[in-house]
Amino acid sequence: MESAGFVSISEMEPILRVENVRKRYGKREILKGVSLSIRRGELKVLIGPSGGGKSTFLQCINYLVTPDEGDIWLEGRHIDHTHKRELYRYRQQVGMIFQDFNLFDHLSAVQNIEVSLIHVKRMDRKPARERAMAELERVGLRGHADHYPAQLSGGQKQRVSIARALAMDPKVMLLDEPTSALDPELIGEVLSVIKDLVANGMTMIMATHQIGFSRALADEIVFMEDGRILERGPPLKILSDAKCERTREFCSKITELYGEAD
Amino acid sequence: MKGSVTAMPDKLIAVWNALPYMLGGSLVTMGVVAGAMLIGLFGGIPLAVGQVYGKPALKRIIGIYIWFFRGVPLLVLLFLFYFGLFSLLDINLSAFTVAVIVLGLISAAYQSQIFRGSILSLPEGQLKAARALGMSDFKAVHLIVLPQALRLSIPAWSNEYSIVLKDSAVTYALGVAEIMARTHFVATRTYQHLPLYMAAGLIYLVLTYAGTKGLRILESRVRIRGYSHS
Ligand SMILES: Nc1ncnc2c1ncn2[C@@H]1O[C@H](COP(=O)(O)OP(=O)(O)O)[C@@H](O)[C@H]1O
Ligand SMILES: [Mg+2]
Repeated sequence: MESAGFVSISEMEPILRVENVRKRYGKREILKGVSLSIRRGELKVLIGPSGGGKSTFLQCINYLVTPDEGDIWLEGRHIDHTHKRELYRYRQQVGMIFQDFNLFDHLSAVQNIEVSLIHVKRMDRKPARERAMAELERVGLRGHADHYPAQLSGGQKQRVSIARALAMDPKVMLLDEPTSALDPELIGEVLSVIKDLVANGMTMIMATHQIGFSRALADEIVFMEDGRILERGPPLKILSDAKCERTREFCSKITELYGEAD
Repeated sequence: MKGSVTAMPDKLIAVWNALPYMLGGSLVTMGVVAGAMLIGLFGGIPLAVGQVYGKPALKRIIGIYIWFFRGVPLLVLLFLFYFGLFSLLDINLSAFTVAVIVLGLISAAYQSQIFRGSILSLPEGQLKAARALGMSDFKAVHLIVLPQALRLSIPAWSNEYSIVLKDSAVTYALGVAEIMARTHFVATRTYQHLPLYMAAGLIYLVLTYAGTKGLRILESRVRIRGYSHS
């Protein structure tokens, strides 16, 4: 990678490269050297049993959890996360969607989006409001701009949180089981927003058990267990013809649980 | 016998005449309380934030501060600062100012525990989300954590107000001309202890009521829509 500055960053070059991430809590090693690269416009889906380290890995990618080891490059630039300003700048470029939405409870939908535009991107109030409204429009919630999180359904909250992340113009989005906390009838509206993102070429790493969605849209499925990536490959290969016994077992189980349809 | 009967109205008139003077004391009391609550607010917030998010060394220092100001009796602290510390340092402060400072430092210790509890009761995911958007820790605390924590703190804050209000009576020992000091002053001259101290008690009750009522109104004004506090 020392020659990265020499080669121009082409479409084939990964936009985000994560190398050998390790994390331990006390004696337990939660991530045992995980690496992942993603190119512009790709969708990579992380699957694997609960407790396997998917959330920890995703949070290591934007340093919400500080890895013990590992390196990250965004568009070929190595990230020095000990440098505060660089870290904050980097995080603006990597959007994150959480399982339980994490909207700011004291702010209305539009304010949830505005607050980082005004205070992080330093936009003026008027353009910030316009941008926030445009993002709400994009997720179909323009009419809910003045609703507070407590007045929104789970699906609406998640769509606001996606709008909030998009307003920062991220280069990559990390999605940690964005539909797992939702009632079944609300999953569709969130998945359809994410499908739009895929169609618009957003680069995304997403932990999910939505098998139908992943089969149709993922460029690669990555199977993670016990802090390691056991197998990775195109959806059809992983879901129906995995090499690894554990992957096969897990895939047949979630296919049974979450069904073919999305 | 006859003399005391004719003297009674005179004494009651003396009490009546003393009322404006005593009510004037309630302004002094409110000055002490307002000053102390403000010092407690602006001191308590950083203490709480430091205690929740700070490095271990900082947490320990804050712990010692809180232990000290919650542990030493008010009267001891008043004398310690007024006759001890400030005169040792050759700082000449009025009794009123020292009363405000001491009550404020104590209230900061108590208020910090109120805010700390509120901060810890917030779902921590919101702080993560703020960081994920590129906010510095300072911005995340300032824009996301505190606006919610302070709202949650109002009921306990109202309780703290009534405690500081009552504690302010002790500052009479420094000679602050607040309600208690003035009542005592009039009582020793008119010997009408019962009506005078009843009047003083009533003034405190009215001030407590007004303050807690005002804070309850504030609480409903700033309530987050759709959010059920219960
Ligand atoms: N802050 C933490 N302290 C200690 N252990 C943790 C912490 N966060 C996660 N873990 C542990 O790390 C493991 C991986 O968790 P997680 O990344 O949430 O997995 P997944 O998202 O795949 O379910 C789990 O066993 C969990 O208990
Ligand atoms: Mg998880």
